[in-house]
Amino acid sequence: MANPLKCDLCAKPATVHLTQIVNNKVHKVDLCESCAQAKGVTDPSGFSLADLLLKASLNPEASTASVRCEQCGFTPNDFKKHGRFGCPTCYEAFKGLVEPMLDNMHKGTTHTGKIPQRALERKSIYDRLTKLELDLTEAIKSERYEDAARARDEISQVKQTIPSNPKSAR
Amino acid sequence: MTIASLIDSPSELTDAASSKTAIVLMTRIRLARNLSGTAFPGWAKPAQREEILRICREAVTATSPMKRSLNITVGELSDLEKQILVERHLISRELSGAKGGAGVVISKDQAFSVMVNEEDHLRIQVLRSGFQLKKAWNAITELDSALEDHLDYAFTPTLGYLTACPTNLGTAMRASAMMHLPALVISNQMEKVVRAVNQLGMVVRGLFGEGSDASGSIFQISNQTTLGESEGEIIKRLHTVLQSIIEHELNAREKLLEADAGKLFDKVGRAFGILQNSHLLSSGEAMNLLSLIRLGIDLAVFPDASRSVIDRLFIEAQPGHLQHAQKGEYDPAQRDLLRAARLRSEFANFVRPEFSFSTNSKN
Ligand SMILES: [Zn+2]
Ligand SMILES: [Zn+2]
Repeated sequence: MANPLKCDLCAKPATVHLTQIVNNKVHKVDLCESCAQAKGVTDPSGFSLADLLLKASLNPEASTASVRCEQCGFTPNDFKKHGRFGCPTCYEAFKGLVEPMLDNMHKGTTHTGKIPQRALERKSIYDRLTKLELDLTEAIKSERYEDAARARDEISQVKQTIPSNPKSAR
Repeated sequence: MTIASLIDSPSELTDAASSKTAIVLMTRIRLARNLSGTAFPGWAKPAQREEILRICREAVTATSPMKRSLNITVGELSDLEKQILVERHLISRELSGAKGGAGVVISKDQAFSVMVNEEDHLRIQVLRSGFQLKKAWNAITELDSALEDHLDYAFTPTLGYLTACPTNLGTAMRASAMMHLPALVISNQMEKVVRAVNQLGMVVRGLFGEGSDASGSIFQISNQTTLGESEGEIIKRLHTVLQSIIEHELNAREKLLEADAGKLFDKVGRAFGILQNSHLLSSGEAMNLLSLIRLGIDLAVFPDASRSVIDRLFIEAQPGHLQHAQKGEYDPAQRDLLRAARLRSEFANFVRPEFSFSTNSKN
């Protein structure tokens, strides 16, 4: 953990020490004069500790690791710099970094709210199609024509259940 | 109604319908959504941002609340137009500063707005006047589900909706109410309230979001956390907190009247005089004067019907709206002249205050 006399955001000596209780958890942040100014800490009504905690709670081992998100090329250092992730897949790639953060940041660590039901149904249909198409190719390659015919029938059946035409910018 | 009877009958002030709209000006809910397998706006390349913008605008404009909506890119907006949209809470300051590949779709009635490529691919927002969390939620979840038919959202069962910033994970929902709390400000209790609200996991901000000062005693109260609770639970919790802030504000008003009604009425009367006669008004001062008139309305100094006039002026006194009404760009000093002129003419025909004192108040 960082030396408590140093600013949590840069390395300068900390002169502002904050304690805030959020959801019955005590959060402590030490900041230097300029970071406190920049973060609007001096304005009691306008600052959120969550954003500060985000950067301050990053543990140094995780942030020096040379992991990279396969999808978007993001690194833990990029996160330290921006405080935002690169793409949705980053959450899988940097699991070890995210999990300890959540405990401090939120009321719980598991989602219990709305689920995009229709999108998930669509996804399961696509996953099924991908698998069937693989089966089909395999069956044809190994000359199992009965299996191939069955897979082909199933593919056309599954295709009919696709609800609409979803889009994503891949 | 006399002031004494007003003090004696708090039930009228605590009456659900009227007092709720008096203290809660506006309810707002926003949801952050992202496209699966696609870089978040802050990390996406320019061409990718354009592609995201195209896909999202197409999907948003296909939903029924967004039929015949305003569908515009940030680049197509002038600085003044951006400022006006910010003042109406239809876009964020962050979006108004976006470089390229960002836009907004706003419904005809200005109840819905969807920002594209702000911090997340989509920031869906609904605005409702008064204290209407439940109605706002029903409206926004319907729009969100309609979008789901056209877009593949980034979602996992454990983390919920995936967002650029981990502070928004889970429901990715920010529900907020804009509250007018003049008595808590006058009696120096706001700091205490902010602290108490923070402990309950809610955040208090000024009128225009993070870091802005609370002009006109108007504050935004919203949930801080988004993961580990359902939307319904967050809304219920926020509702309880708002209800308790309303009670504190009403108590503070009663106490001010009990302690020294003359002092409070002096503030309201002077505000009226300045609004009728001043020639220079900064937007901060105008907001604070209007806030006192609004408090006067709640205290029956002015008729109830004037409240909507003040709520309109809260917005029209902002720099963007003021310059728009004058059809030009003006420096701050000129704006203060124009603002005072505008309010003078508005208050020339305003109903005169009626302070019904009762002589049996303490000393
Ligand atoms: Zn610092
Ligand atoms: Zn990534």
